[in-house]
Amino acid sequence: MLTILFDGVAYGMLLFLLASGLAVTLGLMNFVNLAHGAFAMAGGYLTAVLSNRMGVPFLACLPLAFLFSAALGAVLEPTLYRRLYRRPHLDQVLFSIGLVFMTVAAVDYYFGSTQQFVRIPEFLKQRFEIAGMGIGAYRLFIIVVCGLLALLMQAVLSRTRFGSRLRAAVDDPPVASGLGIDVNRIFLVTFAFGSGLAGLGGALGAEILGLDPTFPLKFMIYFLIVVAVGGTTTITGPLLASLLLGIADVAGKYYVPKLGAFIIYSVMIAILMLRPQGLFARAGGK
Amino acid sequence: MPAGRIMRTLIAAGIGLGIAGAALAQEVVKIGMILPMTGPFASTGRQIEANAKLYMAQHGATVAGKKLELIVKDDAGVPDNTKRIAQELIVNDKVAFLAGFGLTPLALATAPLATEAKVPMVVMAAATSVITEKSPYIVRTGFTLPQVTAPIADWAAKNGIKKVVTLVSDYGPGIDAEAAFKTRFTAAGGQVVEELRVPLRNPDFAPFLQRVRDAKPDAVFVFVPSGVGAAFMKQFTERGLDKSGIRLIGTGDVTDDDILNDMGDVALGVVTSFHYSANHNSAVNKAYVADYKKANPTMRPNFHGVGGYDGMQLIYKALEATKGSTNGDALVAAMKGMAWESPRGPITIDPQLRETTQNVYIRKVERVGGELYNVEFETIPAVKDPTKAPK
Repeated sequence: MLTILFDGVAYGMLLFLLASGLAVTLGLMNFVNLAHGAFAMAGGYLTAVLSNRMGVPFLACLPLAFLFSAALGAVLEPTLYRRLYRRPHLDQVLFSIGLVFMTVAAVDYYFGSTQQFVRIPEFLKQRFEIAGMGIGAYRLFIIVVCGLLALLMQAVLSRTRFGSRLRAAVDDPPVASGLGIDVNRIFLVTFAFGSGLAGLGGALGAEILGLDPTFPLKFMIYFLIVVAVGGTTTITGPLLASLLLGIADVAGKYYVPKLGAFIIYSVMIAILMLRPQGLFARAGGK
Repeated sequence: MPAGRIMRTLIAAGIGLGIAGAALAQEVVKIGMILPMTGPFASTGRQIEANAKLYMAQHGATVAGKKLELIVKDDAGVPDNTKRIAQELIVNDKVAFLAGFGLTPLALATAPLATEAKVPMVVMAAATSVITEKSPYIVRTGFTLPQVTAPIADWAAKNGIKKVVTLVSDYGPGIDAEAAFKTRFTAAGGQVVEELRVPLRNPDFAPFLQRVRDAKPDAVFVFVPSGVGAAFMKQFTERGLDKSGIRLIGTGDVTDDDILNDMGDVALGVVTSFHYSANHNSAVNKAYVADYKKANPTMRPNFHGVGGYDGMQLIYKALEATKGSTNGDALVAAMKGMAWESPRGPITIDPQLRETTQNVYIRKVERVGGELYNVEFETIPAVKDPTKAPK
């Protein structure tokens, strides 16, 4: 029972890390970026290439995956994304889904369609038991890393000058720039950071979720569920939503394996029926 | 020249042209091969294409005085595409054979067209039992899941395994494997304590593996499509199931030659039953693997590949038997009962079932010359699909 809870939390944390970047762009910048998973995949493939072909240690790959995806985001934001901020959501959806298909095809071309494997270090492969709860070291590692990142993000958003500038820039870009806030730069940094988080999520998740060219499509639904259920105005919303979905998914598959795949969707529908604005968003908020 | 003679000359010339045209058209026999070359099942397509080309390179492109032309089309694993492409190949290209078919739904979508056009359809990879019953023009050179599942059930029962949990991907072949394993294993006195079906697009095996662990069986029988096998194996060891005394058995899809070597040591010792291993010890296979690696240095042939290789062989042999005639009925009739030594061992095309009767081997993953291979240690000769054999 506790083992299931633990696995659910680990899975949820991973979902959070993958989806939080989307929550940032969608919630704060009001941009529907369905290509978010592509940044996650970029981080995953970088890790696979570095650790398998060049022998870079796994732990060193993680920050590199973050930086790589963040850099990718930083390049694409001013060149491609910025043009679409003011366009209707449908344009953004079409644009980003097109981007997804292009990445899927490109990755398929260069790496082949087979699963990529990331070799994790031995000490993360251990497993131990505490009070009847089986704990995999790697899942514990994920929980710790994601937990720390969530705290960090919450702190940055609510406590720092950058956080308040970002919120100002989102609420009213013309006024914010009138006050001397460089809106473009703030959006650029935020977008890059969100992409970097996805890249880190892809690198961490490759071991558990698998990694192949269809990754962005496979997990797009999960990201969207997290964001829809959690609301996008806070960091805690998506975090709690991810945990809830992770636990519901894992526990559901354990206790009623026949329904396995449906649980996560049923939970989403139930929650959205009761609270269409998302679990933790204020009613009437964006 | 009188008008009559002009007419006659023209008619004669016309007939002459017609005959010449027909003769030209007959020179070339087209094989329309439809494979998933992109998308999640592209590895199957690439294997089969590489093998078909290898066979043609080895044996030349001329059979019974006809020149063979191979047309490879990509359906990306989508049944609607397969059907559309098959129709184009039949109507526009006038192919004499349809071949390939990476997944069950792709083969099923095309079956009615093969019947209608009377074109032999050589199924090289798709492995659900029912496929060959969908058209009298379908001949399969791959395998069926019940065919390779039954032997591992027998082996498990004989080797002190009494309680088994089955874990299969929730789609046609998985359900076939689950049923075949249960029937055979319970008949041999074993007990299937739990049957788990995993969604095909399943990101995380954790909950299912935990359930396996809590059921404490002697072994878990696994069928997942080959690409998924690697993720499964990793999580199996991560969860400590290998140390808790639960054995991992399955069909060879889990330890697919294509990706086995990348799985690492977690795969060592896994026992599977299957009809082909790149490590199969025979002169025919050694020559085949050597040629294959020469043509495709980074790849290793796998079970789908060998299905493609033998499929081409079947097409060659059928054309030889009909002396180049491309009449669909004659070709299928010629294919029935054909037998030869394949890289996987001796095989026969069963005349009633239009399925390949073949040896199934029990294998264990071992390190051979620095690489991981499925090493065969027991042979069950001439296995037919057990769900069809009594008919």
